[in-house]
Amino acid sequence: MRRALSEILALLVGDPQADRLVPPTGFTARLTLITSGIMAFLAVFALALSLAAGRLAERWGDELSRSATLRISAPAEQMAEQTAAALRVLETTAGVDRARALSEEEQRALLEPWFGPDIPVETLPIPQLIEIVEGDPGYDADGLRLRLQAEVPGAVLDDHTRWRRPLVEAASRLRVLGLLSVGLIFTAMAAMITLAANAALAANAQVIVVLRLVGARDSYIAKAFVRRFTLRALSGAALGMVAGLVAVWFLPAAQEDGGFLTGLGFAGAGWLWPLIIPPLAAVVAFVATRSAARKTLKGLR
Amino acid sequence: MIELDNVAYSYGGGELLSGISFAMQPGSFHFLTGPSGSGKTTFLKLCYGALVPTSGQVRLFDRDVRTMSRDDVAMTRRRIGVVHQDVQFLDHLPVADNVALPLTVSGRAHLDELANLRELLGWVGLKARADAMPPELSGGERQRAALARAVIMSPDVILADEPTGNVDWEMSQRLLKLLVELNRMGKTVMIASHDLGLIRAAKTQVQARVLRIAGRQLQLAGADL
Ligand SMILES: Nc1ncnc2c1ncn2[C@@H]1O[C@H](COP(=O)(O)OP(=O)(O)OP(=O)(O)O)[C@@H](O)[C@H]1O
Ligand SMILES: [Mg+2]
Repeated sequence: MRRALSEILALLVGDPQADRLVPPTGFTARLTLITSGIMAFLAVFALALSLAAGRLAERWGDELSRSATLRISAPAEQMAEQTAAALRVLETTAGVDRARALSEEEQRALLEPWFGPDIPVETLPIPQLIEIVEGDPGYDADGLRLRLQAEVPGAVLDDHTRWRRPLVEAASRLRVLGLLSVGLIFTAMAAMITLAANAALAANAQVIVVLRLVGARDSYIAKAFVRRFTLRALSGAALGMVAGLVAVWFLPAAQEDGGFLTGLGFAGAGWLWPLIIPPLAAVVAFVATRSAARKTLKGLR
Repeated sequence: MIELDNVAYSYGGGELLSGISFAMQPGSFHFLTGPSGSGKTTFLKLCYGALVPTSGQVRLFDRDVRTMSRDDVAMTRRRIGVVHQDVQFLDHLPVADNVALPLTVSGRAHLDELANLRELLGWVGLKARADAMPPELSGGERQRAALARAVIMSPDVILADEPTGNVDWEMSQRLLKLLVELNRMGKTVMIASHDLGLIRAAKTQVQARVLRIAGRQLQLAGADL
Protein backbone atom coordinates (compact mmCIF):
# COMPACT_ATOMS: atom_id res chain seq x y z
CA MET A 1 0.00 0.00 0.00
CA ARG A 2 2.75 2.43 0.96
CA ARG A 3 4.76 1.56 -2.10
CA ALA A 4 1.70 1.79 -4.28
CA LEU A 5 1.03 5.27 -2.92
CA SER A 6 4.51 6.55 -3.64
CA GLU A 7 4.33 5.04 -7.12
CA ILE A 8 1.04 6.82 -7.61
CA LEU A 9 2.60 10.10 -6.61
CA ALA A 10 5.37 9.56 -9.16
CA LEU A 11 2.67 8.80 -11.70
CA LEU A 12 0.81 12.00 -10.99
CA VAL A 13 3.93 13.96 -11.76
CA GLY A 14 4.21 11.88 -14.90
CA ASP A 15 6.28 11.88 -18.04
CA PRO A 16 4.55 13.87 -20.79
CA GLN A 17 6.67 12.16 -23.43
CA ALA A 18 5.63 8.69 -22.35
CA ASP A 19 2.06 9.92 -22.23
CA ARG A 20 1.98 10.69 -25.92
CA LEU A 21 3.00 7.17 -26.87
CA VAL A 22 -0.48 5.86 -26.20
CA PRO A 23 -3.08 7.48 -28.43
CA PRO A 24 -5.91 9.27 -26.66
CA THR A 25 -8.97 7.11 -26.08
CA GLY A 26 -11.89 9.48 -25.74
CA PHE A 27 -14.67 7.01 -25.08
CA THR A 28 -13.12 4.76 -22.45
CA ALA A 29 -11.63 7.86 -20.89
CA ARG A 30 -15.03 9.43 -20.41
CA LEU A 31 -16.58 6.16 -19.27
CA THR A 32 -13.94 5.71 -16.61
CA LEU A 33 -14.35 9.27 -15.46
CA ILE A 34 -18.14 9.06 -15.28
CA THR A 35 -18.23 5.67 -13.58
CA SER A 36 -15.69 6.70 -10.99
CA GLY A 37 -17.72 9.81 -10.36
CA ILE A 38 -20.94 7.85 -9.89
CA MET A 39 -19.26 5.32 -7.65
CA ALA A 40 -17.76 8.05 -5.49
CA PHE A 41 -21.15 9.76 -5.26
CA LEU A 42 -22.73 6.50 -4.06
CA ALA A 43 -19.83 5.88 -1.71
CA VAL A 44 -20.47 9.23 -0.05
CA PHE A 45 -24.03 8.17 0.73
CA ALA A 46 -23.07 4.75 1.91
CA LEU A 47 -20.50 6.38 4.14
CA ALA A 48 -23.02 8.91 5.44
CA LEU A 49 -25.43 6.08 6.15
CA SER A 50 -22.96 4.02 8.10
CA LEU A 51 -21.61 7.01 10.04
CA ALA A 52 -25.14 8.13 10.95
CA ALA A 53 -26.13 4.60 11.91
CA GLY A 54 -22.99 4.39 14.00
CA ARG A 55 -23.81 7.61 15.83
CA LEU A 56 -27.35 6.42 16.42
CA ALA A 57 -26.24 3.08 17.75
CA GLU A 58 -23.83 4.81 20.06
CA ARG A 59 -26.33 7.32 21.36
CA TRP A 60 -29.06 4.77 21.92
CA GLY A 61 -26.61 2.38 23.40
CA ASP A 62 -25.45 5.08 25.77
CA GLU A 63 -28.90 6.01 26.98
CA LEU A 64 -29.86 2.42 27.09
CA SER A 65 -27.16 1.57 29.52
CA ARG A 66 -27.48 4.65 31.65
CA SER A 67 -31.10 5.36 32.50
CA ALA A 68 -34.12 3.36 33.48
CA THR A 69 -37.53 4.02 34.93
CA LEU A 70 -39.30 2.41 37.84
CA ARG A 71 -43.08 2.54 37.62
CA ILE A 72 -45.12 2.07 40.77
CA SER A 73 -48.80 1.30 40.45
CA ALA A 74 -50.52 1.12 43.81
CA PRO A 75 -53.72 2.25 45.43
CA ALA A 76 -53.46 5.97 46.28
CA GLU A 77 -53.12 5.43 49.99
CA GLN A 78 -50.15 3.06 49.57
CA MET A 79 -48.41 5.13 46.94
CA ALA A 80 -46.22 7.23 49.19
CA GLU A 81 -45.21 4.25 51.26
CA GLN A 82 -44.32 2.06 48.30
CA THR A 83 -42.41 4.91 46.66
CA ALA A 84 -40.35 5.39 49.77
CA ALA A 85 -39.73 1.64 49.99
CA ALA A 86 -38.65 1.53 46.36
CA LEU A 87 -36.26 4.45 46.86
CA ARG A 88 -34.77 2.66 49.86
CA VAL A 89 -34.21 -0.44 47.81
CA LEU A 90 -32.65 1.56 45.02
CA GLU A 91 -30.36 3.47 47.35
CA THR A 92 -28.95 0.22 48.63
CA THR A 93 -28.54 -1.32 45.22
CA ALA A 94 -24.99 -1.45 43.94
CA GLY A 95 -24.61 0.20 40.56
CA VAL A 96 -27.43 2.72 40.96
CA ASP A 97 -25.97 6.19 40.85
CA ARG A 98 -29.07 8.18 41.62
CA ALA A 99 -32.75 7.47 42.03
CA ARG A 100 -35.35 10.18 42.17
CA ALA A 101 -39.13 10.20 42.26
CA LEU A 102 -40.58 12.52 39.62
CA SER A 103 -42.57 15.40 41.03
CA GLU A 104 -46.17 16.00 40.09
CA GLU A 105 -45.18 18.83 37.76
CA GLU A 106 -42.76 16.61 35.93
CA GLN A 107 -45.28 13.85 35.53
CA ARG A 108 -47.81 16.37 34.28
CA ALA A 109 -45.28 17.64 31.75
CA LEU A 110 -44.74 14.08 30.52
CA LEU A 111 -48.44 13.50 30.06
CA GLU A 112 -49.24 16.89 28.63
CA PRO A 113 -48.67 15.97 25.00
CA TRP A 114 -51.34 13.31 25.28
CA PHE A 115 -53.91 14.75 27.63
CA GLY A 116 -53.49 18.52 27.46
CA PRO A 117 -52.26 20.94 30.14
CA ASP A 118 -55.21 20.82 32.50
CA ILE A 119 -55.30 17.25 33.64
CA PRO A 120 -55.69 16.82 37.38
CA VAL A 121 -52.79 14.47 37.83
CA GLU A 122 -53.37 14.13 41.56
CA THR A 123 -56.88 12.74 41.09
CA LEU A 124 -55.98 10.23 38.41
CA PRO A 125 -54.73 6.76 39.23
CA ILE A 126 -51.53 7.24 37.35
CA PRO A 127 -48.42 5.46 38.42
CA GLN A 128 -45.56 7.17 40.18
CA LEU A 129 -42.35 7.24 38.16
CA ILE A 130 -38.86 6.96 39.59
CA GLU A 131 -35.92 7.88 37.41
CA ILE A 132 -32.88 5.70 37.85
CA VAL A 133 -29.47 6.83 36.66
CA GLU A 134 -27.11 3.97 36.40
CA GLY A 135 -23.56 4.11 37.64
CA ASP A 136 -20.53 2.52 36.13
CA PRO A 137 -20.46 -0.45 36.41
CA GLY A 138 -24.20 -0.80 36.25
CA TYR A 139 -26.67 -2.70 38.40
CA ASP A 140 -27.94 -6.18 37.90
CA ALA A 141 -31.42 -5.64 36.46
CA ASP A 142 -32.72 -9.14 37.23
CA GLY A 143 -31.48 -9.03 40.83
CA LEU A 144 -33.08 -5.63 41.32
CA ARG A 145 -36.37 -6.95 39.96
CA LEU A 146 -36.36 -9.81 42.41
CA ARG A 147 -35.72 -7.51 45.38
CA LEU A 148 -38.41 -5.10 44.24
CA GLN A 149 -40.89 -7.93 43.82
CA ALA A 150 -40.37 -8.88 47.43
CA GLU A 151 -40.49 -5.41 48.93
CA VAL A 152 -42.51 -3.26 46.53
CA PRO A 153 -45.15 -5.45 44.86
CA GLY A 154 -46.50 -2.63 42.67
CA ALA A 155 -43.15 -1.70 41.09
CA VAL A 156 -42.24 -2.43 37.49
CA LEU A 157 -38.70 -1.83 36.37
CA ASP A 158 -38.54 -0.55 32.83
CA ASP A 159 -34.92 -0.37 31.90
CA HIS A 160 -35.66 0.62 28.26
CA THR A 161 -33.46 -2.23 27.21
CA ARG A 162 -36.22 -4.43 26.08
CA TRP A 163 -37.35 -2.18 23.27
CA ARG A 164 -34.14 -0.28 22.66
CA ARG A 165 -31.85 -3.23 22.28
CA PRO A 166 -33.26 -4.40 18.92
CA LEU A 167 -33.05 -0.81 17.69
CA VAL A 168 -29.43 -0.53 18.68
CA GLU A 169 -28.83 -3.83 17.00
CA ALA A 170 -30.55 -2.61 13.84
CA ALA A 171 -28.49 0.56 13.84
CA SER A 172 -25.28 -1.43 14.25
CA ARG A 173 -26.30 -3.70 11.40
CA LEU A 174 -27.06 -0.66 9.29
CA ARG A 175 -23.58 0.63 9.95
CA VAL A 176 -22.05 -2.66 8.85
CA LEU A 177 -24.25 -2.68 5.75
CA GLY A 178 -23.14 0.84 4.91
CA LEU A 179 -19.49 -0.10 5.19
CA LEU A 180 -20.14 -3.25 3.18
CA SER A 181 -21.73 -1.08 0.51
CA VAL A 182 -18.64 1.12 0.40
CA GLY A 183 -16.57 -2.04 -0.08
CA LEU A 184 -18.88 -3.31 -2.82
CA ILE A 185 -18.85 0.04 -4.56
CA PHE A 186 -15.07 0.00 -4.70
CA THR A 187 -15.06 -3.60 -5.89
CA ALA A 188 -17.44 -2.69 -8.70
CA MET A 189 -15.24 0.26 -9.53
CA ALA A 190 -12.19 -1.99 -9.72
CA ALA A 191 -14.03 -4.41 -12.01
CA MET A 192 -15.20 -1.62 -14.27
CA ILE A 193 -11.77 -0.04 -14.50
CA THR A 194 -10.23 -3.43 -15.25
CA LEU A 195 -12.69 -3.85 -18.12
CA ALA A 196 -11.97 -0.37 -19.43
CA ALA A 197 -8.22 -0.91 -19.11
CA ASN A 198 -8.46 -4.23 -20.92
CA ALA A 199 -10.42 -2.57 -23.70
CA ALA A 200 -7.80 0.15 -23.97
CA LEU A 201 -4.98 -2.38 -23.95
CA ALA A 202 -6.66 -4.44 -26.66
CA ALA A 203 -7.30 -1.36 -28.76
CA ASN A 204 -3.64 -0.45 -28.45
CA ALA A 205 -2.16 -3.87 -29.12
CA GLN A 206 -0.01 -2.51 -31.95
CA VAL A 207 1.31 0.31 -29.82
CA ILE A 208 2.35 -2.18 -27.17
CA VAL A 209 4.04 -4.45 -29.71
CA VAL A 210 5.97 -1.56 -31.23
CA LEU A 211 7.07 -0.20 -27.85
CA ARG A 212 8.25 -3.62 -26.81
CA LEU A 213 10.17 -4.10 -30.09
CA VAL A 214 12.08 -0.88 -29.70
CA GLY A 215 13.24 -1.86 -26.23
CA ALA A 216 10.64 -0.44 -23.84
CA ARG A 217 10.47 -2.15 -20.48
CA ASP A 218 7.19 -3.60 -19.25
CA SER A 219 7.05 -1.08 -16.44
CA TYR A 220 7.40 1.79 -18.90
CA ILE A 221 4.59 0.53 -21.12
CA ALA A 222 2.32 -0.27 -18.20
CA LYS A 223 2.92 3.15 -16.72
CA ALA A 224 1.55 4.91 -19.78
CA PHE A 225 -1.78 3.14 -19.29
CA VAL A 226 -1.80 3.05 -15.52
CA ARG A 227 -1.22 6.78 -15.32
CA ARG A 228 -4.24 7.55 -17.45
CA PHE A 229 -6.62 5.33 -15.60
CA THR A 230 -5.37 6.41 -12.21
CA LEU A 231 -5.77 10.07 -13.08
CA ARG A 232 -9.22 9.52 -14.53
CA ALA A 233 -10.42 7.55 -11.51
CA LEU A 234 -8.95 10.17 -9.20
CA SER A 235 -10.56 13.13 -10.92
CA GLY A 236 -13.86 11.34 -11.52
CA ALA A 237 -14.04 10.28 -7.90
CA ALA A 238 -13.17 13.79 -6.74
CA LEU A 239 -16.05 15.23 -8.77
CA GLY A 240 -18.42 12.53 -7.56
CA MET A 241 -17.37 13.06 -3.96
CA VAL A 242 -17.95 16.81 -4.16
CA ALA A 243 -21.37 16.23 -5.71
CA GLY A 244 -22.19 13.70 -3.01
CA LEU A 245 -21.09 16.05 -0.23
CA VAL A 246 -23.18 18.87 -1.66
CA ALA A 247 -26.20 16.57 -1.80
CA VAL A 248 -25.68 15.44 1.79
CA TRP A 249 -25.17 19.04 2.87
CA PHE A 250 -28.60 19.95 1.56
CA LEU A 251 -30.34 17.13 3.37
CA PRO A 252 -32.49 18.40 6.27
CA ALA A 253 -30.29 19.07 9.25
CA ALA A 254 -30.09 16.50 12.02
CA GLN A 255 -32.30 17.29 15.00
CA GLU A 256 -31.53 16.27 18.55
CA ASP A 257 -34.22 13.67 18.86
CA GLY A 258 -35.45 13.83 15.33
CA GLY A 259 -35.31 10.15 14.61
CA PHE A 260 -33.15 8.49 12.09
CA LEU A 261 -33.93 10.06 8.73
CA THR A 262 -33.09 13.61 9.67
CA GLY A 263 -29.79 12.45 11.10
CA LEU A 264 -28.51 11.05 7.80
CA GLY A 265 -25.35 12.94 7.08
CA PHE A 266 -21.99 13.77 8.49
CA ALA A 267 -21.25 15.34 11.83
CA GLY A 268 -18.11 17.21 12.82
CA ALA A 269 -14.96 15.42 11.77
CA GLY A 270 -17.16 12.94 9.91
CA TRP A 271 -17.11 15.39 7.04
CA LEU A 272 -13.46 14.45 6.50
CA TRP A 273 -14.18 10.78 5.86
CA PRO A 274 -15.37 11.23 2.26
CA LEU A 275 -11.99 12.80 1.46
CA ILE A 276 -10.45 9.34 1.39
CA ILE A 277 -12.73 8.29 -1.46
CA PRO A 278 -10.75 9.86 -4.35
CA PRO A 279 -7.33 8.56 -3.19
CA LEU A 280 -8.88 5.18 -2.57
CA ALA A 281 -10.37 5.22 -6.08
CA ALA A 282 -6.93 6.12 -7.43
CA VAL A 283 -5.35 3.19 -5.60
CA VAL A 284 -8.04 0.85 -6.89
CA ALA A 285 -7.55 2.09 -10.47
CA PHE A 286 -3.79 1.86 -10.14
CA VAL A 287 -3.84 -1.74 -8.96
CA ALA A 288 -6.55 -2.81 -11.41
CA THR A 289 -4.89 -1.25 -14.45
CA ARG A 290 -1.44 -2.40 -13.54
CA SER A 291 -2.45 -6.02 -13.18
CA ALA A 292 -4.41 -5.81 -16.47
CA ALA A 293 -1.38 -4.30 -18.23
CA ARG A 294 1.01 -6.86 -16.80
CA LYS A 295 -1.25 -9.66 -17.92
CA THR A 296 -1.38 -8.29 -21.46
CA LEU A 297 2.38 -7.82 -21.59
CA LYS A 298 3.07 -11.34 -20.37
CA GLY A 299 1.52 -12.67 -23.58
CA LEU A 300 4.13 -10.83 -25.62
CA ARG A 301 7.84 -11.43 -25.73
CA MET B 1 27.97 -11.12 -29.42
CA ILE B 2 25.30 -13.29 -31.04
CA GLU B 3 25.99 -17.00 -30.83
CA LEU B 4 23.84 -19.93 -31.88
CA ASP B 5 24.85 -23.35 -30.71
CA ASN B 6 23.23 -26.32 -32.43
CA VAL B 7 19.96 -24.46 -32.59
CA ALA B 8 16.72 -25.89 -33.90
CA TYR B 9 13.43 -24.09 -34.28
CA SER B 10 9.93 -25.22 -35.09
CA TYR B 11 6.68 -23.27 -35.04
CA GLY B 12 4.86 -26.38 -33.94
CA GLY B 13 4.95 -28.45 -37.11
CA GLY B 14 8.17 -29.96 -38.39
CA GLU B 15 11.53 -28.33 -37.72
CA LEU B 16 12.09 -25.25 -39.82
CA LEU B 17 15.71 -24.84 -38.81
CA SER B 18 17.93 -27.47 -37.26
CA GLY B 19 21.50 -27.96 -36.14
CA ILE B 20 22.47 -24.38 -36.70
CA SER B 21 25.67 -23.14 -35.14
CA PHE B 22 26.88 -19.67 -35.83
CA ALA B 23 28.86 -16.99 -34.08
CA MET B 24 28.57 -13.42 -35.23
CA GLN B 25 31.94 -11.71 -35.06
CA PRO B 26 31.98 -8.08 -33.94
CA GLY B 27 32.41 -5.79 -36.91
CA SER B 28 31.39 -8.39 -39.47
CA PHE B 29 29.05 -7.82 -42.38
CA HIS B 30 26.72 -10.64 -43.39
CA PHE B 31 24.07 -11.23 -45.95
CA LEU B 32 21.44 -13.86 -45.33
CA THR B 33 19.74 -15.37 -48.35
CA GLY B 34 17.51 -18.29 -49.08
CA PRO B 35 14.21 -19.02 -50.76
CA SER B 36 11.07 -17.43 -49.49
CA GLY B 37 9.77 -19.36 -46.53
CA SER B 38 13.13 -20.93 -45.80
CA GLY B 39 13.35 -19.24 -42.41
CA LYS B 40 15.37 -16.06 -42.81
CA THR B 41 13.04 -14.00 -40.69
CA THR B 42 12.85 -16.82 -38.17
CA PHE B 43 16.64 -16.92 -38.00
CA LEU B 44 16.84 -13.19 -37.38
CA LYS B 45 14.18 -13.42 -34.68
CA LEU B 46 16.30 -16.02 -32.93
CA CYS B 47 19.20 -13.59 -33.21
CA TYR B 48 17.41 -10.77 -31.43
CA GLY B 49 15.65 -12.85 -28.84
CA ALA B 50 12.11 -12.56 -30.19
CA LEU B 51 12.02 -16.35 -30.44
CA VAL B 52 13.46 -18.89 -28.07
CA PRO B 53 15.01 -21.92 -29.81
CA THR B 54 13.16 -25.20 -29.45
CA SER B 55 16.50 -26.86 -28.86
CA GLY B 56 20.12 -25.74 -28.67
CA GLN B 57 21.28 -22.48 -27.18
CA VAL B 58 21.22 -18.86 -28.30
CA ARG B 59 23.49 -16.43 -26.47
CA LEU B 60 23.11 -12.69 -26.86
CA PHE B 61 25.99 -10.70 -25.42
CA ASP B 62 27.02 -13.82 -23.50
CA ARG B 63 23.61 -14.41 -21.97
CA ASP B 64 21.45 -17.43 -22.69
CA VAL B 65 18.10 -16.17 -24.00
CA ARG B 66 16.33 -18.81 -21.94
CA THR B 67 17.54 -17.28 -18.71
CA MET B 68 16.87 -13.68 -19.68
CA SER B 69 14.14 -11.79 -17.84
CA ARG B 70 11.70 -9.61 -19.72
CA ASP B 71 13.68 -6.53 -18.76
CA ASP B 72 16.86 -8.21 -20.00
CA VAL B 73 15.18 -8.78 -23.34
CA ALA B 74 14.20 -5.10 -23.45
CA MET B 75 17.74 -4.00 -22.67
CA THR B 76 19.13 -6.33 -25.35
CA ARG B 77 16.82 -4.77 -27.92
CA ARG B 78 18.45 -1.42 -27.26
CA ARG B 79 21.77 -2.91 -28.37
CA ILE B 80 20.44 -4.68 -31.45
CA GLY B 81 18.81 -2.46 -34.05
CA VAL B 82 16.26 -4.34 -36.10
CA VAL B 83 14.59 -3.44 -39.38
CA HIS B 84 11.53 -5.68 -39.38
CA GLN B 85 10.15 -7.14 -42.54
CA ASP B 86 6.66 -6.02 -41.57
CA VAL B 87 7.48 -2.61 -40.21
CA GLN B 88 5.13 -1.27 -37.56
CA PHE B 89 4.98 2.25 -36.24
CA LEU B 90 2.94 4.23 -33.79
CA ASP B 91 0.44 5.52 -36.30
CA HIS B 92 -0.65 8.49 -34.24
CA LEU B 93 2.81 10.03 -34.02
CA PRO B 94 4.76 11.70 -36.84
CA VAL B 95 7.69 9.98 -38.51
CA ALA B 96 10.30 11.97 -36.58
CA ASP B 97 8.83 10.85 -33.24
CA ASN B 98 8.66 7.28 -34.46
CA VAL B 99 12.28 7.29 -35.48
CA ALA B 100 13.20 8.74 -32.08
CA LEU B 101 11.04 6.18 -30.26
CA PRO B 102 13.93 3.97 -29.05
CA LEU B 103 15.49 7.07 -27.48
CA THR B 104 12.20 8.03 -25.87
CA VAL B 105 11.49 4.67 -24.29
CA SER B 106 15.03 4.38 -22.95
CA GLY B 107 14.93 7.88 -21.49
CA ARG B 108 17.58 9.23 -23.85
CA ALA B 109 15.58 11.71 -25.88
CA HIS B 110 17.87 14.64 -25.17
CA LEU B 111 18.54 17.58 -27.42
CA ASP B 112 21.92 16.40 -28.69
CA GLU B 113 20.41 13.06 -29.63
CA LEU B 114 17.63 14.86 -31.42
CA ALA B 115 20.18 16.73 -33.53
CA ASN B 116 21.34 13.29 -34.67
CA LEU B 117 17.75 12.55 -35.53
CA ARG B 118 17.61 15.35 -38.08
CA GLU B 119 20.86 14.24 -39.63
CA LEU B 120 19.67 10.66 -39.74
CA LEU B 121 16.39 11.62 -41.40
CA GLY B 122 18.47 13.45 -44.01
CA TRP B 123 20.54 10.33 -44.54
CA VAL B 124 17.53 8.19 -45.31
CA GLY B 125 15.96 10.96 -47.39
CA LEU B 126 13.02 11.56 -45.11
CA LYS B 127 13.74 15.12 -44.01
CA ALA B 128 10.77 16.44 -45.94
CA ARG B 129 8.50 13.73 -44.53
CA ALA B 130 9.53 14.15 -40.89
CA ASP B 131 6.12 15.48 -39.90
CA ALA B 132 4.09 13.00 -41.92
CA MET B 133 2.13 10.26 -40.17
CA PRO B 134 3.29 6.68 -40.82
CA PRO B 135 0.11 5.61 -42.67
CA GLU B 136 0.82 8.37 -45.18
CA LEU B 137 4.21 6.91 -46.11
CA SER B 138 4.99 4.86 -49.20
CA GLY B 139 6.36 1.35 -48.73
CA GLY B 140 9.90 2.51 -49.41
CA GLU B 141 9.56 5.48 -47.10
CA ARG B 142 8.39 3.15 -44.34
CA GLN B 143 11.46 0.97 -44.79
CA ARG B 144 13.74 3.94 -44.67
CA ALA B 145 12.06 5.20 -41.53
CA ALA B 146 12.45 1.72 -40.05
CA LEU B 147 16.14 1.72 -40.84
CA ALA B 148 16.54 5.12 -39.24
CA ARG B 149 14.70 3.88 -36.15
CA ALA B 150 16.90 0.78 -36.02
CA VAL B 151 20.15 2.72 -35.98
CA ILE B 152 19.24 5.77 -33.90
CA MET B 153 20.38 4.14 -30.65
CA SER B 154 23.75 3.51 -32.27
CA PRO B 155 23.39 -0.21 -31.54
CA ASP B 156 26.25 -2.71 -31.62
CA VAL B 157 24.43 -4.92 -34.08
CA ILE B 158 22.06 -4.08 -36.90
CA LEU B 159 19.77 -6.80 -38.25
CA ALA B 160 17.85 -5.78 -41.34
CA ASP B 161 15.14 -8.01 -42.76
CA GLU B 162 14.67 -7.14 -46.47
CA PRO B 163 15.45 -3.46 -45.91
CA THR B 164 15.45 -2.73 -49.62
CA GLY B 165 12.37 -4.72 -50.57
CA ASN B 166 10.31 -1.74 -51.63
CA VAL B 167 12.83 0.82 -52.77
CA ASP B 168 14.29 1.58 -56.18
CA TRP B 169 17.88 0.79 -57.10
CA GLU B 170 19.19 4.20 -56.33
CA MET B 171 17.60 4.31 -52.88
CA SER B 172 18.70 0.77 -52.11
CA GLN B 173 22.26 1.80 -52.94
CA ARG B 174 21.88 4.68 -50.58
CA LEU B 175 20.59 2.52 -47.75
CA LEU B 176 23.36 0.04 -48.40
CA LYS B 177 25.87 2.85 -48.23
CA LEU B 178 24.46 3.86 -44.87
CA LEU B 179 24.79 0.33 -43.56
CA VAL B 180 28.32 0.00 -44.95
CA GLU B 181 29.17 3.30 -43.32
CA LEU B 182 27.84 2.04 -39.99
CA ASN B 183 29.86 -1.16 -40.45
CA ARG B 184 33.01 0.89 -40.98
CA MET B 185 32.27 2.60 -37.69
CA GLY B 186 32.46 -0.80 -36.06
CA LYS B 187 28.84 -1.95 -36.10
CA THR B 188 28.04 -5.54 -36.89
CA VAL B 189 25.56 -5.84 -39.73
CA MET B 190 23.38 -8.64 -41.05
CA ILE B 191 21.01 -8.13 -43.96
CA ALA B 192 18.44 -10.68 -45.04
CA SER B 193 17.82 -10.17 -48.74
CA HIS B 194 16.91 -11.85 -52.00
CA ASP B 195 18.51 -9.10 -53.96
CA LEU B 196 21.64 -10.56 -55.56
CA GLY B 197 22.40 -7.26 -57.25
CA LEU B 198 22.52 -5.60 -53.88
CA ILE B 199 24.82 -8.28 -52.52
CA ARG B 200 27.17 -7.92 -55.46
CA ALA B 201 27.21 -4.16 -55.06
CA ALA B 202 27.96 -4.55 -51.37
CA LYS B 203 30.87 -6.85 -52.02
CA THR B 204 32.65 -4.06 -53.86
CA GLN B 205 32.43 -1.84 -50.80
CA VAL B 206 32.85 -4.13 -47.85
CA GLN B 207 34.05 -7.58 -46.98
CA ALA B 208 30.69 -9.27 -46.80
CA ARG B 209 30.00 -12.90 -46.12
CA VAL B 210 26.94 -14.52 -47.55
CA LEU B 211 24.97 -17.06 -45.55
CA ARG B 212 22.31 -19.18 -47.13
CA ILE B 213 19.53 -21.10 -45.51
CA ALA B 214 18.86 -24.28 -47.42
CA GLY B 215 17.42 -27.55 -46.24
CA ARG B 216 16.95 -26.23 -42.69
CA GLN B 217 20.69 -25.58 -42.46
CA LEU B 218 22.77 -22.46 -42.52
CA GLN B 219 25.57 -22.59 -45.06
CA LEU B 220 28.31 -20.21 -45.99
CA ALA B 221 27.85 -19.44 -49.67
CA GLY B 222 30.94 -19.50 -51.82
CA ALA B 223 32.60 -16.48 -53.31
CA ASP B 224 30.99 -17.33 -56.65
CA LEU B 225 27.89 -15.21 -56.30
N1 LIG C 1 4.31 -17.32 -36.31
C1 LIG C 1 4.37 -18.39 -37.15
N2 LIG C 1 3.65 -19.48 -36.91
C2 LIG C 1 3.70 -20.55 -37.72
N3 LIG C 1 4.44 -20.59 -38.82
C3 LIG C 1 5.20 -19.53 -39.13
C4 LIG C 1 5.20 -18.38 -38.31
N4 LIG C 1 6.04 -17.46 -38.85
C5 LIG C 1 6.54 -18.04 -39.95
N5 LIG C 1 6.06 -19.27 -40.13
C6 LIG C 1 6.40 -20.18 -41.22
O1 LIG C 1 7.77 -20.47 -41.14
C7 LIG C 1 8.37 -20.51 -42.42
C8 LIG C 1 9.54 -19.54 -42.47
O2 LIG C 1 9.07 -18.23 -42.31
P1 LIG C 1 10.07 -17.00 -42.41
O3 LIG C 1 9.25 -15.78 -42.24
O4 LIG C 1 11.18 -17.21 -41.48
O5 LIG C 1 10.58 -17.13 -43.89
P2 LIG C 1 11.50 -16.13 -44.72
O6 LIG C 1 12.67 -16.90 -45.16
O7 LIG C 1 11.73 -14.90 -43.96
O8 LIG C 1 10.57 -15.83 -45.97
P3 LIG C 1 10.46 -14.48 -46.84
O9 LIG C 1 11.64 -14.46 -47.71
O10 LIG C 1 9.20 -14.70 -47.62
O11 LIG C 1 10.38 -13.37 -45.91
C9 LIG C 1 7.26 -20.14 -43.38
O12 LIG C 1 6.79 -21.33 -43.97
C10 LIG C 1 6.20 -19.52 -42.56
O13 LIG C 1 4.92 -19.80 -43.06
MG1 LIG D 1 11.17 -13.02 -44.11
